[in-house]
Amino acid sequence: MSNVQDKPALMRRPIPAPAVSVETKPFWDAAREGRFLIKRCSDCKKAFWYPRAMCPFCMSAETAWEESPGEGVIYTYSVMHRSPSGPYAIGYVTLDEGPAVLTNFVDVAPGGLSIGMKVKVKFQPTEGGPPAPVFAPA
Amino acid sequence: MSIKGKAYVMGAYEHPTRDAPDKTTAQLHTEAAKGALADAGLSFDDVDAYFCAGDAPGFGAMSMVDYMGMRKVRHMDTTETGGSSYLVHLNHACQAIAEGKVNVALITLAGRPRNGGNRPGARMAGGAPPGLSDGPPEAGFENIYGGSTHNTYGMCAMRHMYEYGTTSEQLAWIKVAASHHAQWNEHAFLKDVVTVEQVVNSRMIADPLHLLDCCVVTDGGGALIVTSPEVARSLKRPKVRVLGAGEAPKGPRGGLDLDLTHSGAVWSGPIAFGEAGVTPADIKYASIYDSFTITVLMQLEDLGFCKKGEGGRFVADGNLISGVGKLPFNTDGGGLCNNHPTNRGGITKVIEAVRQLRGEAHPKVQVKNCDLAIAHGTGGSLGTRHASATVIMEREG
Repeated sequence: MSNVQDKPALMRRPIPAPAVSVETKPFWDAAREGRFLIKRCSDCKKAFWYPRAMCPFCMSAETAWEESPGEGVIYTYSVMHRSPSGPYAIGYVTLDEGPAVLTNFVDVAPGGLSIGMKVKVKFQPTEGGPPAPVFAPA
Repeated sequence: MSIKGKAYVMGAYEHPTRDAPDKTTAQLHTEAAKGALADAGLSFDDVDAYFCAGDAPGFGAMSMVDYMGMRKVRHMDTTETGGSSYLVHLNHACQAIAEGKVNVALITLAGRPRNGGNRPGARMAGGAPPGLSDGPPEAGFENIYGGSTHNTYGMCAMRHMYEYGTTSEQLAWIKVAASHHAQWNEHAFLKDVVTVEQVVNSRMIADPLHLLDCCVVTDGGGALIVTSPEVARSLKRPKVRVLGAGEAPKGPRGGLDLDLTHSGAVWSGPIAFGEAGVTPADIKYASIYDSFTITVLMQLEDLGFCKKGEGGRFVADGNLISGVGKLPFNTDGGGLCNNHPTNRGGITKVIEAVRQLRGEAHPKVQVKNCDLAIAHGTGGSLGTRHASATVIMEREG
């Protein structure tokens, strides 16, 4: 009994509905199916984040969506203690494909995070919008 | 100096669309930019000055510079005068080029009022498709995660500690120094001198930043008057001459350039020092933006007051306290103790530097023979995208 009570709660934070634009609608449509998409330039071949229509590296308009396993490592994080819904963690994941992604870390206790930790994407329902990508320990 | 004959319009492009249901405003700005650059025979990597007005989505020019992936922008202007903005921008671009600071200025306009584009202009009947937004391009992927200044700067501090071994005690010294100065400022919001122990034992706000690592939240304001040399000579006040200035945005740029231990000061600083013809070792007083303790530490490193990664050792043991250390900083108490009016600390940084150069700072914190000062600031967030600005000033006579 006391062991259960002593165990710190796993972090989880309510996420508001994301702003969906005509440029990013395919990402959020895929998110509803549990698929994590990133954008890659068809010309310079670099993957980038956040998704946008044109490549931020070579300005090619030829960019394509590709499904990613959503695996990577924590680049940095910060646990916010001033929160009505309890502590939550914001941070960046460096995806195996290269780009860094801003996100929340979930299913982990506030003291359980570390830079370099392997994490994997999962989708969390939002308040009236499509599910949003969050990351949990792999 | 006049702009007459000093600048050329070498690219111009009118977007062919008159109805853009399938594109965002950010995309239209970028397509227009690409068209004008192609017309001139230049690329995004040639652009070192960017101008936009209120039709550009995001926070000033920062969202669009990052969206377009521009790496070399060192001058930004978001003057807003409605439909004439772009003519004002052209004039300002000519001024920036005439003074020799930049070579290629990009000015963009775009919007989609027929499709409910959310600024500026009236929403047409029918509006946007249900549920679709046309705001800052990064919004859907960033604004939903509960980012605040506290935890986005916390991410920077966490990474800095990881890469360089910086400690909370070292960061605390920055607050301690500010508090030593604030005790002499009758207007300071926090006047009590604090210790390293008090800072590191204060309530954790956003790892690893404690309550006392944060700046104050205050109402108020400030203003500056800048004059020509002729007007300056006619006035009965000590003359503070501007020697150099630099500015630079920095962002994640497609997620491949994310580097939260460096700020745009690595670019804005050398421009300002170069123009002024001085080095960090020459500076007698430093106003350094202090939204958080980590903000000061990173910027001191990036400006060259110490090597990258050595900021923790540099700020420790009172090195920033006037009369005690080698680099007196924020002698008004700074944003950490004195004032951070409307959550924007840039102007108070200039104001205290002017007081120091005039010899009008509080006698307990006045730097002796203070003839050269720096004022440096960061706006936006070091944890996402921000703009750095550096100004170097000297006392004349």
